[in-house]
Amino acid sequence: MQDDPRAAEILPAIATFLRETVTTDHSAHTLFQARVAANACDLAAREAQLAPASDAAELERLEALLGRSGTLAELNAELAARIADGSLTLETPELKAHLWATSMAKLAVDQPSYASYRRALKRLG
Amino acid sequence: MTEASLHPALADPLAALGRRLFHGTGELHGLRRLSGGASQETWAFSFHTPKGLRPLILRRKPHDRQSELAAGLETEAVLLKLAAEMGARVPPVFYVLTPEDGCGTGFIMDRLEGETIPRKILRDAEFAHAREVLARDCGEALSLIHRIDTARLPKTLRAAPGSVRLAELERTYATINRPNPVFALALRWLEAHRPPDPAHLALVHGDFRHGNLMIGPAGLVGVLDWELAHLGDPMEDLGWICVPSWRFGGIEKPVGGFGERRQLFAAYETAGGAPVDPFRVRFWEVFGALQWGLMCAGMAEVYRSGTDASVERAMIARRASEVEIDLLDYIAPLVHEADDAG
Repeated sequence: MQDDPRAAEILPAIATFLRETVTTDHSAHTLFQARVAANACDLAAREAQLAPASDAAELERLEALLGRSGTLAELNAELAARIADGSLTLETPELKAHLWATSMAKLAVDQPSYASYRRALKRLG
Repeated sequence: MTEASLHPALADPLAALGRRLFHGTGELHGLRRLSGGASQETWAFSFHTPKGLRPLILRRKPHDRQSELAAGLETEAVLLKLAAEMGARVPPVFYVLTPEDGCGTGFIMDRLEGETIPRKILRDAEFAHAREVLARDCGEALSLIHRIDTARLPKTLRAAPGSVRLAELERTYATINRPNPVFALALRWLEAHRPPDPAHLALVHGDFRHGNLMIGPAGLVGVLDWELAHLGDPMEDLGWICVPSWRFGGIEKPVGGFGERRQLFAAYETAGGAPVDPFRVRFWEVFGALQWGLMCAGMAEVYRSGTDASVERAMIARRASEVEIDLLDYIAPLVHEADDAG
C-alpha cells in the first residue's frame, strides 16, 4: 500500500503550482520547485502503473499472514498492532518476506533510484 | 537598493548596532535571509570595518516563539563558545544581542567559508581530499564536544538520554497515527536493544550530519546549528552521522557517505573520547533512521491539513519508504554480514 499523500492528492498541488506560481514568480526557488513537481509527475505515473498489481499482491499476503480478509488499510493497521504487541515477530514465517516485498513495492514508486533499494533489488535477485 | 528598503524592521537596528560596535564605521552590507530552522531566522550580512568587510551570520528569534525541544539561542551561543574553548571547529561568536539592540534575541557569529550541500561535498573534485579526512575530522570534533565540562553548561539544557528519547519517539509514532508495520517492528527492536542510560550524561550536538557541517577542501571547517543540543548519550551523535539517509547515495560509506565507522571511532578515541561501543552506536543508527522516517511520515498530515500544501512537502512525506528499506537492512537483513559493517 503506497504511503500518503497518494498521487491523486498530489496532482492538484502540481496544477496549483503551474497555474499560480510558475506564471507569476520566476525566481530560483520556483525553478527548484519545478524540478520537484516534475519528479512528482514521474511518481504519479509510476503509482498509476505499478500500485494496482502490488496492492493486490500485498492484500493476498496480508490475508494469509493474518488469517482474515479486509481492506489494505485495515489489515496493515492490524499487522502493525500485532507487531507492536509482540504477537507477530521475525520468527513468524513469511513476515520478513512480506515486509521486504511491501517496502520494495513502495520504493519502486517513490524513489527507484534510492541506493539502498537498488542494492536490495540485486540481493533479492 | 539599500538593505533598509528590503528588510527595514531588522536592517535599521542592525545598521545602528554596526555603527556602535565599530565606532562610526560598520555600515551594514548585503543583508539577506538564509533558509533556516522552524522557530529561528538565519541572516547573512557584513559590516564594513576599518580592516575591510567582515562577513557575519545572525541567528535570531524575532518573537518569543520557541519549540520546547530547541535549546534556545542564548544557550547556543554559550555552547559555541565552550566548544571553541575545547578547540572544536565552530564559528566564533562575535556578539550576543541585548534587548536594547532591537534585533530580537540571538547572536552574531563569523561567517565561515565552505560548503554544506552533500551532493557537492560527496562528488566534486574540489572536495576529494576533504572526503579522505572527514570521518577523522568528525570523530575529533565530536570527541571535543562530548568532553565539554557539563558543570559549565546552561542549566536550561534538557536531559534526554536513550530512555527519554525512545519514549519521545514512541509518542511521535502514536501521534502521527499512521500504522506502519516496519516502523512498529523497528520500535520493538529499539525497546529490546536499548542500552542503559550512561551514568554521566554528556553534551550531545543532536543534529550532527550533512547540512550542519561546513566543509572546505581541507576538511571540516565548522559544526553549525546547535538548536537540538541536549544532555544525553554521546553515542547518539556518532550514530546519527551514520544513518543511511545522510549518505546521499554513498551507502557503502556509512559515515555521511564519505567515511568508514572505524575511522570515525578511531579518531574519536585518539582525540581523548571514551572507548566507542559499536553496539550502542548501532542502536542510535536505527533510532536515527526511524526518527527521520517518522519526520517524513508526519509531513503527510502537514500537507493534508493545508499547513503546507506544497508539492515539495508531499514529496518529503513519500520519502518515509526509503527509511523502511534502511530499517529492514538493519533489523531483518537479506544477507547476514551487512556489507557496510565498516
